[in-house]
Amino acid sequence: MSGDTILSVDRLTMRFGGIVAVQDLSFAAERKKITALIGPNGAGKTTVFNCITGFYKPSGGTIRLSHDDGRTIALERLNDFRIAKQAKVARTFQNIRLFPGMTALENLMVAQHNALMRASGFTLLGLLGVPTYRDAEKRAIDLATDWLKRVNLLDRADDAAGNFAYGDQRRLEIARAMCTEPALLCLDEPAAGLNARESAALSELLLSIRNDGTSILLIEHDMSVVMEISDHIVVMDHGVKIAQGSPREVRDDPKVIAAYLGTDEEEAVAVMESGS
Amino acid sequence: MTAPSTNTAKPATGILALLKTAFVNALIALVLFSLMVGVRTEAGSDGQLTYWTRFGELASLVAAVFGGSIVIDLLRQWIGPTGTEKLIPPAVQSGMSFVGRYLAPALLIFTLLVPVIFYDQRYILDLAILVLTYVMLGWGLNVVVGLAGLLDLGYVAFYAVGAYSYALLATNFGWSFWVCLPLAGILAAFWGVLLGFPVLRLRGDYLAIVTLAFGEIIRLVIINWQELTGGPNGVSGIPRPSFFGIPLDNSDDGLAAKLGIEYSTTHRIIFLFYLILALALLTNWVTIRLRRLPIGRAWEALREDEVACRALGINTTTTKLTAFATGAMFGGFAGAFFATRQGFISPESFTFQESALVLAIVVLGGMGSQLGVALAALAMIGGFELFRSLETYRMLVFGMAMVLIMIWRPRGLIGHRAPTVYLTQAQAISSDLVKEGHG
Repeated sequence: MSGDTILSVDRLTMRFGGIVAVQDLSFAAERKKITALIGPNGAGKTTVFNCITGFYKPSGGTIRLSHDDGRTIALERLNDFRIAKQAKVARTFQNIRLFPGMTALENLMVAQHNALMRASGFTLLGLLGVPTYRDAEKRAIDLATDWLKRVNLLDRADDAAGNFAYGDQRRLEIARAMCTEPALLCLDEPAAGLNARESAALSELLLSIRNDGTSILLIEHDMSVVMEISDHIVVMDHGVKIAQGSPREVRDDPKVIAAYLGTDEEEAVAVMESGS
Repeated sequence: MTAPSTNTAKPATGILALLKTAFVNALIALVLFSLMVGVRTEAGSDGQLTYWTRFGELASLVAAVFGGSIVIDLLRQWIGPTGTEKLIPPAVQSGMSFVGRYLAPALLIFTLLVPVIFYDQRYILDLAILVLTYVMLGWGLNVVVGLAGLLDLGYVAFYAVGAYSYALLATNFGWSFWVCLPLAGILAAFWGVLLGFPVLRLRGDYLAIVTLAFGEIIRLVIINWQELTGGPNGVSGIPRPSFFGIPLDNSDDGLAAKLGIEYSTTHRIIFLFYLILALALLTNWVTIRLRRLPIGRAWEALREDEVACRALGINTTTTKLTAFATGAMFGGFAGAFFATRQGFISPESFTFQESALVLAIVVLGGMGSQLGVALAALAMIGGFELFRSLETYRMLVFGMAMVLIMIWRPRGLIGHRAPTVYLTQAQAISSDLVKEGHG
């Protein structure tokens, strides 16, 4: 793989008791590109995500994140919140995890916690109401407002997130992740449950995020989204990588089709040949 | 309120159904009460079992259940199904929101004037001080339970730490109240962090059990560490607070003599009243302030979803510890005040019942709501005094009143959450959306 790599996963293995969820998985994600991780249900995609974002401690292998400034961080050694704080990896969840009782704006403010904590002198200065904190808060609100605008939720900024429609919650969760100003954005099935129009809007949003310079790692089942926006695709099945390449290469790979259709490789080839 | 039209009142169910429900209820009552009320047993003079029947009482109880069931059903049909808020006429609604907006300032002004209005009524002043102490404790615990969503059943431990800190420092070293007050808060906060560490990984019921045990440990240590705390005998002769160095007594140096007015014991009571009011308002001010700071938002986010917090880079460990420490600090302040007010403290004042009472105040008030907690403290402590004339039945009536309130308002008296920041307009968030936290 050529180019500037932001994330390189090397021989990642994750065991739960006797079950091997991910085995010797190696892949890389390029900077300012969208890398998709696809595969049938139970292939181990979310496990890989949880290893990268620190919610699981990998049983083996290394995960390296290299920043713009040349820092390289070993993610497998960091705790979950430090991965978001220091390594600047943000994530969303397969089953949306917003703060339902807080407003959309508050959700985005919580995402800027660490920057605001520093500005508030770890609460002490903020308690006294120093002007520097007020400025920082104003900037945080501005950033949140920008993101609400981008995900088309500005008019609902003061509504409770729990009241949002499903598609709106998905977009708000992405906006919240982006408010942490991440270097790598990990999205776990962002298009799940969206209708065609919403998926198209999501693709546009993700492309604009990529064009602004944030690398994206994506798990997705909606192939129209994956094929349209991905620069690079890694296909997993039963915890191992079975293929990788550009959307076109992956689409035509018999192994991928076999994995998705649940048939033997030979049969898949036969199906493809008879079809074309 | 975008509830669909399915909420419209159902047509009155027939009289037959009504009677059937009442009959079933009466039957259940008959089964329940036939042994409890219907038959009375006693040991006779020679130790033999004597018993007699009380069918009259039994019949009247069953009849009461039968009639009551019909009345409740009729009331239910008359008022309509639950959740029909839109049936309330708009005039009443706007009136309620008006009351809601001015309730807090009105309460505050009234509280400030209490010593003026009730100057001669020592009983009311004492009760007001007691209520304010619980308001402060409720506000303190609200940080832990209401905001951070950590169920703490051992809050009284910090109250005890604060009380004993002041009592021991004042009696052994002669330190003044104003020096000891911050120290009591700091020591309680320190114990809050100590409690916080082992319970960080626990959630829900497990957290509740460990905090409960912590409260008991503190009380048992106080009872058994005789040399330091005096054990069950407690600490007596705790100095009364001074008016910034000027004692409030009958001496020539006293405040009354200096001001040239006649000495009265009421002065000290009124001073204590304003002292606890100031402490409670400080608690309130700090909490409101903290809610709008990143740490307060992180507490509430922690209550809503801990996993999401970690994904956003929030250190949940320190966030929980600061919540415990902040809540404990206010408990410590209240404890120091309690010690100086009573002049005598013993472990008996710091039993689990106190923790339960403060927690009940927070839950009844509506978790996270400052005004709700104040109202609940007034209702719980003041209401309990109100029922004093009922003597034996006091606890029964009080318990029933609490059950009724929780049926009427399952999310507490004030069931709304106010957002901490807004772009155009702050809208109250329905408590149905707000999570209670998992520990």
